Amino acid sequence: MSASTLNAEILKKDFPLLGRTVRGGKKLVYLDSGATSQKPTMVLDAERNFYEYHNAAAHRGAHQLAEEATEAFEGAREVVAHFIGAHTREVIFTKSATESLNLVAYSLSAAESPIQWRPGDEVLVTEMEHHANLIPWQEMAKRTGARLRFIPVTDDGQLDLTQIDTLINEKTRILSFTHASNVLGTVNPVRRLADLAHAVGAIVVLDACQSVPHESVDVTALGIDLMAFSGHKMLGPTGVGVLWGRFEILESMPPFLTGGSMIEVVTLESATYSLPPKRFEAGVPNMAQAVGLAAAIGYLQEVGMHAIAHHEEDLVTSAIAQLETMPGVKVLGPAGPRGGALSFLVDDIHPHDVGQVLDDDGIAVRVGHHCAWPLMRRFGVAATTRATFYLYNTHEDVSSLVSGIRRAQQFFGTTS
Amino acid sequence: MNLEKMYQEIILDHYKHPQFKNLAPMVSGAVEVHHINPTCGDEVTLRAQVVDGVIESVTWDGLGCSISQASTSVMAGLTQGATVKSALDLTAQFLLLMQGKGVSTDADEILEDGIAFAGVAQYPARVKCALLGWMALKDAITREPGEINE
Ligand SMILES: Cc1ncc(COP(=O)(O)O)c(C=O)c1O
Repeated sequence: MSASTLNAEILKKDFPLLGRTVRGGKKLVYLDSGATSQKPTMVLDAERNFYEYHNAAAHRGAHQLAEEATEAFEGAREVVAHFIGAHTREVIFTKSATESLNLVAYSLSAAESPIQWRPGDEVLVTEMEHHANLIPWQEMAKRTGARLRFIPVTDDGQLDLTQIDTLINEKTRILSFTHASNVLGTVNPVRRLADLAHAVGAIVVLDACQSVPHESVDVTALGIDLMAFSGHKMLGPTGVGVLWGRFEILESMPPFLTGGSMIEVVTLESATYSLPPKRFEAGVPNMAQAVGLAAAIGYLQEVGMHAIAHHEEDLVTSAIAQLETMPGVKVLGPAGPRGGALSFLVDDIHPHDVGQVLDDDGIAVRVGHHCAWPLMRRFGVAATTRATFYLYNTHEDVSSLVSGIRRAQQFFGTTS
Repeated sequence: MNLEKMYQEIILDHYKHPQFKNLAPMVSGAVEVHHINPTCGDEVTLRAQVVDGVIESVTWDGLGCSISQASTSVMAGLTQGATVKSALDLTAQFLLLMQGKGVSTDADEILEDGIAFAGVAQYPARVKCALLGWMALKDAITREPGEINE
């Protein structure tokens, strides 16, 4: 049992921010980790330590500090690679998942793209994507003339795979989709979709923003080609994201951002480029942030990814069970198994107003379209209220959420 | 600042019983605008008819939170039959109120029910909600008649 459990009450103490109060002395109940997670002291210390003792431009200069900075940065790369079951040279540091996805979409539609775009080619995404995994493909479609197609979503928030054999066809060049929905908590069948796409020779891109922070992810087992995630959603600093790619694919891709550090030989007229990962890391890299992310991964591994996944499942299952007994409250998304994002609607109260009452009780949730506007349209709503759970959340937090919703209903007079 | 201060009775009343929330038929010379709050997806469609510098009618339809809906309702009530100039002055006063800047001493006389939104200024995330309908009005009455914007 002990290997798969964690004590959130104790972990919470590692996160200075979670000890603060809000709105005039209310205890903070942070249920917005899907947007960004809080940071444990050891991550803050790791960043500070880098700046205090090792700061210099990595990969440049021959002095001792430059060596140490390079070692710290490259050490962080090893940690990330090990965490997702990848080779070190397959891990690229970007500023965010958004940048990682844009990098892929630009590179694969650039003049030297390994894909020879032909009229009628298709790029396939899903109706549940975050804007970060939708708009880069819309722009790519404009550049290449490709047709953007969509895997629809069922009423219970799963991918509708009934037409998948026509959606994935010999014209499909890229399939890009999210591992776990940031709105509905849906976990998608990655391996099955990846295999279908590979059978027609398409490249498979995974948005792992909502999975890598919460469960053990192994890129080889998933059978994908490229994967993006953000450091700040997994206890790490802002300003660092990751693009992982199979080396053969990365090696065939032209750079996205160009400049210092990513070159072999430069003349006034032209340049040749380094091998990945450096080819995709132009400029002085985000060293302190990468070091912070490595520390965050250390923390997650110490707690244990299985324990984290188990804990979140426990919280979300309990939250759903309680919300479903409340009159006038509707939970969106699949019953389970599912991830830790929980979107719901409260009859006759707009999500903004639900969020405002919760905020008054010190409870931080997300309201709005969650950067997945097309998915909102699919469900015929303008917005939802969303609670997301992480390793530091407790059953008491779930109870606070439930009482907060009840208070909102009382305040707006929608329950007797 | 507590919830009751922000959600004044007047606001909740307008939310439950919005005024002029029923689009008048598009007549010649009328202007229709559609405004969206991109951070939350709230929207308002507003039709205004201005004749000789006077707003003959303002009607609207929309989807959104209590603040955006109530504020649009109050705005529509205040601007029926007003001159374009006084409606723009009113809009400017409401904007000052939302920015938490000092409003003129007679603001509560001018803004009437609108003054109930003063508490919203304490919540920066909600200011855009309160302004949605007002910005739609400003847009509509400063356009050429017959324009339909998307
Ligand atoms: C599913 C998903 N994809 C992409 C992103 C974008 O991440 P970032 O804003 O860190 O680049 C997010 C974060 O909101 C997300 O939840």
